Amino acid sequence: MAFQVLLNFFLAFLWMFLAVSFTPSSFIVGYLLGLLIIIAFRRFFASKLYVYKFWAVMVLLLIFIRELLLSNISVLKTILRPKIDIKPGIFAYPTKLSSDWEITILSNLITLTPGTLVVDVSNDHSILYIHTLDIDDVDEAVSSIRDTFEKAIMEVTR
Amino acid sequence: MLNIGLDILIALFILGGALLALVAAYGVLRLPDVYTRNHAASKSATLGIMLLLFGTFLYFLEDGHFNSRLLLGIAFIFITSPVAGHLLSRAAYNSGVKLWEGSVQDDLENKEKLEQGK
Repeated sequence: MAFQVLLNFFLAFLWMFLAVSFTPSSFIVGYLLGLLIIIAFRRFFASKLYVYKFWAVMVLLLIFIRELLLSNISVLKTILRPKIDIKPGIFAYPTKLSSDWEITILSNLITLTPGTLVVDVSNDHSILYIHTLDIDDVDEAVSSIRDTFEKAIMEVTR
Repeated sequence: MLNIGLDILIALFILGGALLALVAAYGVLRLPDVYTRNHAASKSATLGIMLLLFGTFLYFLEDGHFNSRLLLGIAFIFITSPVAGHLLSRAAYNSGVKLWEGSVQDDLENKEKLEQGK
């Protein structure tokens, strides 16, 4: 993926040298033309087109922001209720992700999700121990982590 | 007309951020144990500070001054504060801080058994 970005930069500079104009606008024109060339030659690359990954990163960022807003509203509700009725607890969540980067991003996302906080990661990186404010919602939390976060992270990394 | 709209937006951002920081402080006082307090501190304080910084950014942008350091500050807080929350609760657990007695489940207690069973 990094190779494709680098190649696109190289093609943009090639365009600048061909046009003998060294301005940001000619760089952008060259970059777009290089992007077309890279799309045309996509079957020679081993990995997916980097445009898709860029899109996946944007989707992940939007999910991040949405979860942050939702979790703040839910914490607000919990705190401002006249009587605090919470059932906290720690549950184990087995994850399919393996590399360090994926686990880091997943735990950051979980920490920003409504009512969940990562306490520990097992030594073989297969289980996350998550503290939750309301143990009754665990099934919902697990399915939302599995369906949205893990999927979005996998879109980025593979 | 446009400027009034922007002013209202800035005011909303700053007041919202201050409100969230206040609620986070209130939650830290009110919730029963370290872990639940950490929920309030690591989420509400994060978004509160981010909203405050973004409101400040818009305020300066209105005067034609693009302050990129505020944007960097937002990004840094966004990345680091969940990690801080995680480390605090992990350190608390490993040094033997008990969960609140109202807690109903603790899978971390039998961590070794869970990992051996795999």
